[in-house]
Amino acid sequence: MSVERRAQQPGGMAGGPMGRGGWGAMGRPVEKPKDFKGTLKRFLVYFVPQKYRLLVVLGAAILGTTFNIVGPKILGLATTRLFEGLIAKYQAFQRHQPAPGIDFKYIATVLLILLGLYIISAIFMYVQQYVMAGVAQRMVYRLRREVEEKLSRLPLKFFDARPRGEILSRAVNDMDNISTTLQQSLTQLITSVVTLVGVIVLMLTISPLLSLVVVLTLPLSLLVTMGLAKRSQNYFRRQQRALGILNGHVEEMYTGHKIVKAFGHEGKSMAEFRDLNENLYNAGWRAQFVSGMIMPLMRFVGNLGYVIVAVVGGIMVTNGSIAIGDVQAFIQYAQQFTQPITSLANIANVIQSTMASAERIFELLDEPEEIPEAVDAQVIGTPQGAVQFQHVKFGYKEDSMLMEDMNIDVQPGQMIAVVGPTGAGKTTLVNLLMRFYEVNGGKITVDGVDITQFKRGELRRTFGMVLQDTWLFNGTIRDNIAYGREGATEEEIMRAAKAANADHFIRTLPEGYNTVLNEEATNISQGQKQLLTIARAFLADPEILILDEATSSVDTRTEIQIQKAMGELMHGRTSFVIAHRLSTIRDADLILVMNHGSIIEKGTHEELLAKGGFYADLYNSQFTGRTLLEEAV
Amino acid sequence: MIKLMRFMKPYRMTLVLVLVLAFAQSFANLYLPTLIADIVDNGVVKGDIGYIWRTGGLMLLVAIGGTICAIVGAFFGARVATGLGKIIRGKIFNRVEQFSLHEFDMMSTASLITRTTNDTTQVQQVWVIILLMMVTAPMMIIGGIILAVAQDATLAWILVVVMPILVGAIALIMSRAIPLFRVMQQKLDKLNLILDEGLSGVRVIRAFDRVKHEEERFDEANLDLTDVAIRVNRIVAALMPIMMLVLNVSGIAILWFGSIRVNNGEMQVGAIFAFLQYAMQILFGLLMVSMMFIMLPRAAASADRINEVLAIAPEINDAPTVNDADTQRGFVEFQDVTFSYPGAEEPALSNISFSASPGEVTAIIGGTGAGKSTLVSLIPRFYDIDSGHILIDGVDVREMSQEHLRAKIGFVPQKAVLFSGTISENIRYGKEDASEEEVQHAADVAQATEFISDMQDGFASVIAQGGMNVSGGQKQRLSIARALVRKPEIYVFDDSFSALDFKTDARLRAALKKETLDATVLIVAQRVSTVMDADQIIVLDEGHVAGIGNHRTLMRTSEVYREIVTSQLSMEEIAEEIA
Repeated sequence: MSVERRAQQPGGMAGGPMGRGGWGAMGRPVEKPKDFKGTLKRFLVYFVPQKYRLLVVLGAAILGTTFNIVGPKILGLATTRLFEGLIAKYQAFQRHQPAPGIDFKYIATVLLILLGLYIISAIFMYVQQYVMAGVAQRMVYRLRREVEEKLSRLPLKFFDARPRGEILSRAVNDMDNISTTLQQSLTQLITSVVTLVGVIVLMLTISPLLSLVVVLTLPLSLLVTMGLAKRSQNYFRRQQRALGILNGHVEEMYTGHKIVKAFGHEGKSMAEFRDLNENLYNAGWRAQFVSGMIMPLMRFVGNLGYVIVAVVGGIMVTNGSIAIGDVQAFIQYAQQFTQPITSLANIANVIQSTMASAERIFELLDEPEEIPEAVDAQVIGTPQGAVQFQHVKFGYKEDSMLMEDMNIDVQPGQMIAVVGPTGAGKTTLVNLLMRFYEVNGGKITVDGVDITQFKRGELRRTFGMVLQDTWLFNGTIRDNIAYGREGATEEEIMRAAKAANADHFIRTLPEGYNTVLNEEATNISQGQKQLLTIARAFLADPEILILDEATSSVDTRTEIQIQKAMGELMHGRTSFVIAHRLSTIRDADLILVMNHGSIIEKGTHEELLAKGGFYADLYNSQFTGRTLLEEAV
Repeated sequence: MIKLMRFMKPYRMTLVLVLVLAFAQSFANLYLPTLIADIVDNGVVKGDIGYIWRTGGLMLLVAIGGTICAIVGAFFGARVATGLGKIIRGKIFNRVEQFSLHEFDMMSTASLITRTTNDTTQVQQVWVIILLMMVTAPMMIIGGIILAVAQDATLAWILVVVMPILVGAIALIMSRAIPLFRVMQQKLDKLNLILDEGLSGVRVIRAFDRVKHEEERFDEANLDLTDVAIRVNRIVAALMPIMMLVLNVSGIAILWFGSIRVNNGEMQVGAIFAFLQYAMQILFGLLMVSMMFIMLPRAAASADRINEVLAIAPEINDAPTVNDADTQRGFVEFQDVTFSYPGAEEPALSNISFSASPGEVTAIIGGTGAGKSTLVSLIPRFYDIDSGHILIDGVDVREMSQEHLRAKIGFVPQKAVLFSGTISENIRYGKEDASEEEVQHAADVAQATEFISDMQDGFASVIAQGGMNVSGGQKQRLSIARALVRKPEIYVFDDSFSALDFKTDARLRAALKKETLDATVLIVAQRVSTVMDADQIIVLDEGHVAGIGNHRTLMRTSEVYREIVTSQLSMEEIAEEIA
């Protein structure tokens, strides 16, 4: 589901042609980082390897902008000369003298110089954008890589404690945000500052008096922007909330459609939607209206300056205290003056939210990692498969231990059955054996060696895992089986598939081993998935197995196949079986009874029955269901 | 996009008003340069300071007028755009609520959600941009051209040359960039997929010690994405400089040719001023319009997806004259029912006949894909059948009103669905006017009271969206309570006990038995132990009935049933030996 939604979100056109901040971004609520300065500092470090490229960007931005903004001033020279020529002509005409020609040579020279300047400016601007593309993307590349590397060093505890969506959102949305900012806002920041400074300087050189007039409009525009932005942020927040509630309702009603229908509540659902939709509309149009007012008002302030400059400038030209070309240039500057101010205000917000994103990524990068591997890590030569728990103490939370003093002794080749109600904590067992979690006390040994003495990879390779929640990735069946061992040959893969009873069904698929499993792997059945994971385990050829017996979601025939394949796989290996069938349990060398995450009883079938505890209870209710039922009735 | 315009109807007049206001606003913006030209030609050249002041005053009024128009326009524009969004959202939601499960299967729930939420927001946003920002652009272009021609038709030729150059340059760059953007999106999706897989499969990856491999896979995709992103951005890098250059060069051209014309006395000097401004306005307008062409395809894609939903007519409708069955209670009869999912080659159910009466428990068993869930979902008429008849209380379900039919049924689905709200609200979903006692009794029977009273607010405890804060077993019990409170004639349990532990399961079944004494009960089950006591067991095998009868008869008569029993129940038999 998430995949589809992601794919359909056109917003994903990161740094698309219009980018962001352009349309209607004004007055939206901004997310702020908790520690702006610290985050910024850390963020800037990422620029260090690219400092020369950045210098190029900076230089090109400054030069490009400068050449561009001197344009009007130079153009003004040509206008002035033209105007002077005209006045001269006019005066000569009045005095009936021969009209002097307009100095076209001068004008042509000026315009040619100007043309040159504009071309150079364009080239610099292109260079700036071009180089920045590399800088921005390379930096995001590095950041993404760091996140990925970090993720592979984080303990399982981290992944279990957080919803996947949250981690994804940091690695995807926040990264996207940073990338767009780097690509667009950073150069915009430079050019805006240069433009602002440059325009002010140029205006001052033309006429301090007119400059004062223009600068006086500044507080007005600030007032407008800030006042409205505040109000519109409120409305946007309300709109966002209303949208969130409405989307929640839609999601709920659609996913529960069957229930809505079954209980005949369509009308109620529609009525509720109507209310939510109305709320959204009320907040929505206000938000759009208020933020939509900002632009015209800013334009008005701009026009105000424009009118004043036109009038005052016009009078000054008549007095002869200023050249007309300068007034013309001034008008253009006055118009350019407000633009960098608004974009700076915008960029300030963008930078805030970018830092908030960066902060979230840094938080992820700062998560505590797995305990480093022992320096003189031991190598398991030819593993035998003996497993011992010695006084193991373990709990997911410090204050509630699931195991206080667990002792288990498993000889090579033995079969251990793990029984208990669903969700009783079989994952805990996997977590400890594979050292996904660290024990709080005591130790677990494999072939007599404390598992913390091994390299993690080494340890985990001695285990094979065939769980019910099969994990297959988006790739061919061959690749999915080959996942069991690096560098497996085609022949080995097929042999593994045959051993797992999977070869036959794979060959009936139109593409055989090349069949690509789709994202949710819905193109093969649950049982077939399990067969593939068994094949994977065959290929990996581990000494110790952790298996999940198939339950209800598999049809009878496949279940038999899985059963056979598993039996084959277990042959001669130490195995921990999460058992559902009595035959398995009865054959087990040891039964571990789990409930609520802890091992509450252990022993053989007979021992446990004789004990008359939880296991006996469970056994009676599960396997002779009717007796209990009759009792209850 | 255009098709959606039909929903604009209630806003027709407002829309016209927005256009008029936009026109006035554009006019004001374009009139200012004309006035400047007047100041130059009549004031500055002639030294008439009074004229300058007067014209300045007029400019101020025009600017104020333009701003007022813009603000009023924004007011109505915002209302039209969001109003349109509201209408579309409402239409699509109401339509989807009418859909049968068939249409849901066809479109997929996730896709329907996206269409109702994302796509409508997308369309609405485009309308906001169009009505609040872009609406003046075409008017500025047209108005600018008219005024430019009016000022000096010959000089306007510059625009004729420049405009295609600008449009051409934008088109050239975007035509190269947009396909790459699409590629970039794909690469990004790929990267996210790898990331997502890495998160969901973290245990497996580590178990097989393939962390390095995953890192390499990620790095490869990361590099791939980075390469494309750099390429795209380098192409787009040319956009701004080229546009600026075109704008600036046209300014130079206007001054040069303008000077010549002024020298020849064919034009006044103020006109150059005005002309420069017009050129900027026109070219800026062009920019806006070309942006719109980039934006529109996205919105159009969203609009298409919305239209797709609206184009689907709900398949299941009430008959024109309904025949509500009131004479009998709780009789379910299938007469030679055949049903296939739309587009499927084989029917999911073929020639199913059986009947169930009040006080009886009918169990349905079979392997995955045998058609068990399909069979029970035909009873509330979630789907219409191909042939045969389904009679409830003697009346064909297609002749009854859906409301009446479903009021007779207490349905407990395979996957328990709860809604956000309190626990008692969730239980009351089955019967809105249920009393406190009724709710509590239902919870009691469903073995839910214990965990409910363990919760902080008891029955007033809030269930989060999707029931995230209760376990699977608790969800199932609440979903059972919801059906119980209804006191329906017919109970349908679609494999609804799977997440319960054995003890709870047994207790619940015992309590249910008393509760459903005079009701008709249909149970879909996977485990033989669940169905052994049923009055009749229907064994399904690939959509066909492979046997009907009680446990004992079926053991004798049905091969498939025996197969299921031996594959599952070997333990039970052993258990009996021991006991």
